[in-house]
Amino acid sequence: MSTATTLEPETQKQEKVTLFEIDQSTRQAALLFFTCSLVWLMVGTLFALIASVKLHHPSFLGNVEMLTFGRARSAHLNSVAFGWANNAIFGILLWLMARLSQQKLQHGGLLLIAGLFWNIGLVIGVTGILNGGLTSVEWLEMPRYVAPLLAFSYALISIWGILAFIHRRSHHVYVSQWYILAALFWFPWLYTTAQTMIMWAPARGTVQSITNWWFGHNVLGLWYSPLALAATYYFIPKVLGRPIHSYYLSVLGFWSLALFYNWAGVHHLVGGPIPIWLISAGIVASVMMVIPVVVTAINHHMTVVGSFGHVWASPTLRFIVFGAMSYTLASLIGSAMALREVNQVTHFTHLTVGHAHHGVYAFFTMVCFGSIYFIMPRLLQREWPSAALIHIHFWGCALGITLMVVALHIGGWIQGMQMNNPEVLFLELMKNTLPYLHARSASGILLFIGHTAFFINFFWMLFKKQPKDEHGPTLFSEVETQNI
Amino acid sequence: MKDLLTIFFGALATILFSFTGIVMMSNIQYGRLEPIVLEEGEPAYPRTPSGEAMQGKEVYVDLGCIYCHSQQVRRKGFGADFERGWGDRQSVPRDYILQKRVLLGTMRTGPDLMNVGDRIPTRDWHHLHLYDPKITSPGSIMSPFAFLYKKQKIQGDELSPNALTFPPDYENAPEEGYEVVPTERAHVLVEYLLSLKLDYELPESKFAE
Ligand code: HEC
Repeated sequence: MSTATTLEPETQKQEKVTLFEIDQSTRQAALLFFTCSLVWLMVGTLFALIASVKLHHPSFLGNVEMLTFGRARSAHLNSVAFGWANNAIFGILLWLMARLSQQKLQHGGLLLIAGLFWNIGLVIGVTGILNGGLTSVEWLEMPRYVAPLLAFSYALISIWGILAFIHRRSHHVYVSQWYILAALFWFPWLYTTAQTMIMWAPARGTVQSITNWWFGHNVLGLWYSPLALAATYYFIPKVLGRPIHSYYLSVLGFWSLALFYNWAGVHHLVGGPIPIWLISAGIVASVMMVIPVVVTAINHHMTVVGSFGHVWASPTLRFIVFGAMSYTLASLIGSAMALREVNQVTHFTHLTVGHAHHGVYAFFTMVCFGSIYFIMPRLLQREWPSAALIHIHFWGCALGITLMVVALHIGGWIQGMQMNNPEVLFLELMKNTLPYLHARSASGILLFIGHTAFFINFFWMLFKKQPKDEHGPTLFSEVETQNI
Repeated sequence: MKDLLTIFFGALATILFSFTGIVMMSNIQYGRLEPIVLEEGEPAYPRTPSGEAMQGKEVYVDLGCIYCHSQQVRRKGFGADFERGWGDRQSVPRDYILQKRVLLGTMRTGPDLMNVGDRIPTRDWHHLHLYDPKITSPGSIMSPFAFLYKKQKIQGDELSPNALTFPPDYENAPEEGYEVVPTERAHVLVEYLLSLKLDYELPESKFAE
C-alpha cells in the first residue's frame, strides 16, 4: 500500500486555493449534518435528563406514558447515537475524505437528500418509540418501518464517501482513509444483517441475542471508533504540524482492530444462555483489543509529547486529546470487564452504563466536538464568535463526563458486589445506588450547560455575519502556532 | 484501486469471519432446537405461552421493562441468582426457542424476571405493584405504571371483581365512591408476568441442589 505518514503540505499558494475549493464542495452537506447533529444533541440531552431523574425520582412525570423510563431512555439513546453522533460524523467523514483525497466532492446536492431522509427517518423513529413502537432490542429500538429509510440514506452517504476516495488526486492513502473506508463497508453489513435476523425474519431463540450484540457492540467498534480514530489521526498531526509518530504502528493498529473488535461483542452475554465456547471467544477477542488500543495510544501520545502547550491552547486539540486519552482508558477497562471474574460483578449494573458513556461520550463525542471546532471556520470563512463559550463547553463536558463515569463505575461496582451477596436484600442494594444516580443527574446538568454553550456558539457563528479576518483563530490562549 | 481493494477485502474478510463465527455457527449449533417431552404424557417444554401472555409481552416490550429487568438465570456459583431465588437452574438456549423476541436484557436495576410467575404467583400483588411499586416495595425506584389503570365510579354498591384493593393507609387511594381497575393492557401484562416460569427441567439443565 502506498501510504505516507505525513499529510500533504498545503503551503504553496496554488494548493491553498484547491484546498479552499475542496472544503467548499462539502459545505452544504456538512453544514446540514452539523446543524441537525446539534439539534439532536440538545433533544437527546433533554431525554437523558428526564430518564436520569426518573431513576431516582420515579414519580417525576410518573404518569406520562410517553416518557416512562424505558421509552425516555431509548429516545435518549437513539437521539444521541443516530441523531447527534451519526450526523456529526457524517459531516466530518465527508469533509475529511474530500480533503485527504484532494478532490472536490461531486454532486454534493444528493447528499442533502440523504441528510434529509436520514433525519426525517429519525424523527419518525424517535416519535415511534415514544408512542409505543419501542422494540426493546438494544441499539435497534426504533420501529422497524424506519429501517429502509435509514438504510437508503446511509447507502447514499456511504457511496459518496467511497466515490470521493476512488476519484482521489492524492497518491498517498493516509491512515484516516483506511478507517473511514472500512467503516463505510462495515456498517451496512451490520445494520442490514441485524435488522433482518432480529426484526424481519427473527432467528431462533438466543441466536437473536447473539446477533443483537454482534451488532450493538460493533456499532461502537466498527463504526464510531474507526471514524473517531480517523479524525484523531488527522487532526493531531495536522494542528501540531508534525507527522504521526509511526506508520508501522498505525497499520498494526488498524488491522488488529479490524480483527478483534469484530468478535468482542459477545462479552455482553457472559454468563448468559449461549454456548460457552462463544463466550470464551468473545472474552479472548476483548482482551486482545489491548493490542490495537495500546498501539494507537503510543502513536498518539508520541505525536503529542512535548507539545502539550499547543494542545491546551487549541480548542480542537483540547477536545480531541481528551477523547484520545479516554479511548485508551475506556478500552482497557472494557477489556478487563470482559474477564469472567470481573464480569460476574459488573454485568448487570450501572457500571455498564458508565462504560458505554466513557466510550461514546468521553471518547467519540469529544473527538467530534474538536473536529467541528476545526471544520466550521473552514466551511464558513468565519471564526467562532466566542472563546468564553468554548471554555464553558469544554469544562461543562469534561467535568460532567468525568463525574458521570466515576460515579457510575463506583456505584455500579458496589451494586454488583452486593447483588452477588445474597445477604443483602434487593431493596437495600437498590437504595444504595441512589447517591450515584443523583451524581449522574448532576453530571447531566453539567453536560447540558456545556452543550448549550456549544449550541449558542454554533448558531451564532452560522447566522451572524462577521467582517472577514476580524481576528485570528479563536484560541484559548496566545501561543506561537501554525495551522491551528 | 489496489488500495481500495485491499481495504475492501480486508474489511469484508474480518466481518465475514466474525459473522460466520459468531452468528452462523451458533445458528448451526442450536438454531433448530425443539421443545422436548421428558416423560410420556407430560407436555413438551418449554410451554407455548397463552394468547393473553403473548399480548402482554407486547406491552412489556413497548414500555421497555427490559431496560431494568433481565430474563436469564446464571448458573449456581456465578453470581447469586440461585440464592436470590431468581431460578432453581441455569437458563439455557432451549428455554427461549419459542420466543419471537428474546428479552435477555443486560440490566438489573430490578430483579431478574425469568421465574417471576413462580416466585410471585398473585395477580393482585402484580397489579398493586405496577400501579404504584412503592405500595408493595417501600422505597422502590421502579417506574409507576398507573396509566395502565383507570379510575371509575363504583357501579351499585359492590366493587368490580378486578378492582385493586389498596392497603388502608395508602395515601393516593381513590376517593370515596371510586375504584381503580386494570385496563386490558394491564391485565394481559400481568398474565405475561405470571407465565414467566422456570419450573421445569431440561435434559441439559437440571434443578441445582
Ligand atoms: C426504572 C427501572 C424499572 C423499570 C423500567 C421497571 N422496573 Fe420492575 N422493578 C424495578 C425495581 C428497582 C424493582 C425492585 C423493587 C420493587 O419490587 O419494586 C422491580 C421489581 C419488579 C417486580 C418484582 C420482582 C420481584 O422479584 O420482586 C416485577 C414483577 C416487575 N418489577 C415488573 C416490571 C414490569 C412488568 C415492568 C414494565 C412494565 C417493569 N418492572 C419496569 C425497576 C424497574
